[in-house]
Amino acid sequence: MDAYVNAFRTTVPTWFDGGIPSSSFGLEAAKEFAMPAFDIPGCHNPMEFLRSITDETSKDYRIKIQHGTTTLAFKFKGGVMVAVDSRATAGGYIASQTVKKIIEINPYLLGTMAGGAADCSYWERELGRRCRLYQLKNKELISVAAASKLLANMVYPYKRMGISMGTMVTGWDKTGPNLFYVDADGTRIKGEIFSVGSGSTFAYGVLDSTHDYELEENDAIDLARRSIYHATYRDAGSGGSVSVYHVKENGWQFISTHDVYDLHYEYQDQPKPRLI
Amino acid sequence: MSSEIDEYNGGSVLAMLGKNCVAIASDKRFGMKLMTLGTEFPKIFQATDKIYIAMAGLATDIQTLSELIRYKINMYKLREEREIEPTTLAYMVASTLYERRFSPYYVSPLIAGLDKNNKPYICNMDLIGCVTTTNDFVVGGAADDCLLGTCEALYEPDLEPEDLFETISQSLISAVDRNAASGWGAVVHVLTPERVITRTLKTRQD
Repeated sequence: MDAYVNAFRTTVPTWFDGGIPSSSFGLEAAKEFAMPAFDIPGCHNPMEFLRSITDETSKDYRIKIQHGTTTLAFKFKGGVMVAVDSRATAGGYIASQTVKKIIEINPYLLGTMAGGAADCSYWERELGRRCRLYQLKNKELISVAAASKLLANMVYPYKRMGISMGTMVTGWDKTGPNLFYVDADGTRIKGEIFSVGSGSTFAYGVLDSTHDYELEENDAIDLARRSIYHATYRDAGSGGSVSVYHVKENGWQFISTHDVYDLHYEYQDQPKPRLI
Repeated sequence: MSSEIDEYNGGSVLAMLGKNCVAIASDKRFGMKLMTLGTEFPKIFQATDKIYIAMAGLATDIQTLSELIRYKINMYKLREEREIEPTTLAYMVASTLYERRFSPYYVSPLIAGLDKNNKPYICNMDLIGCVTTTNDFVVGGAADDCLLGTCEALYEPDLEPEDLFETISQSLISAVDRNAASGWGAVVHVLTPERVITRTLKTRQD
């Protein structure tokens, strides 16, 4: 392992003082990909151009990216519960009902996906790569706070260029369970309960009504699933199926995926849970 | 989602021609943009015993126009002392729409019925009353493009009432499952010379 780590020292000298001159590995790739570079439109004002073609209210709106979504995550005594729907819409058209909106960054970190699907998956994959590099360099897992800050700082230079991303970064580190909201505007907030996407208001309605930090695991799973289900019912931008993940002390665990069609008729047949 | 006024409330309608029968169907959603407010919004109206009219588009205009058409059908019946024919009704609706040429009702109406000889008839029209009569199927509403695809794939001519019911139901369900602004239940009417078969469909609720 140390040999591998040392190989990086030679190629990315900015990370370390000194560093051994060009090594046997010759991994120039690490330097080359240290900061991703993108082509910028060669027009007079690229920022304004990018904003005008990605803004829904603009008359030049061309790049129609996935928007409808409901995602949620909340802390409770057993860790963090994360749940999402699986619909992708482009305008009124349902492009997919089987999108994976929970991104497994590494065995200890989860990211959720709302807004542009490509933006979220690209930047969260990039985050995964950087978390791994951090781990190799420091011989220690990255904290959720640091990981979420890496993500926020990565997208910040592209502010107002049309990146659409509303995400929650969750995980369990040496400080315990953590939950952060990060979006493309550069917002980064630590919190207990978050819901993101067009169906978030509906999800919050259900979530806030019965949420309790002392919830048992099974009740927390049911609450997360129900909140997403109710959002898919009221919000035309959300639907498909509900996926639930649980962040525990020794990493995240996939709980289940349920088709909303089955959930609807299952919930219809059983009495409504007590509010208070 | 589209910011067009004709897709503000969502909803889709469909009619199909069979052998000595016609079928007309609609979803049941009533929404405001992405938010679903109701799942029991009627878009199909009975004109006579053998004619049904369906409308998709702006909900307020659907209600206004359906009441106006109902009034006109009743007045026609009183004056003529007979039921209106499908073609007559089609051009009556078309004229009503064209009267609003410069501030239209945002609706896509479909008419399905059997005439006095029990010959099946379907047509659709645009929002200012351009009538199109076909001998297979007509579509309208937010999922119209999806509906054209499913109908092209599933439709075959001269279907018996039960087979027509199956075809129109599957066409509608498949299409509205690909449209965010439509769905939340559906209703189908199959008109035969003897009777009208009305059924509601169990669909996805997302």
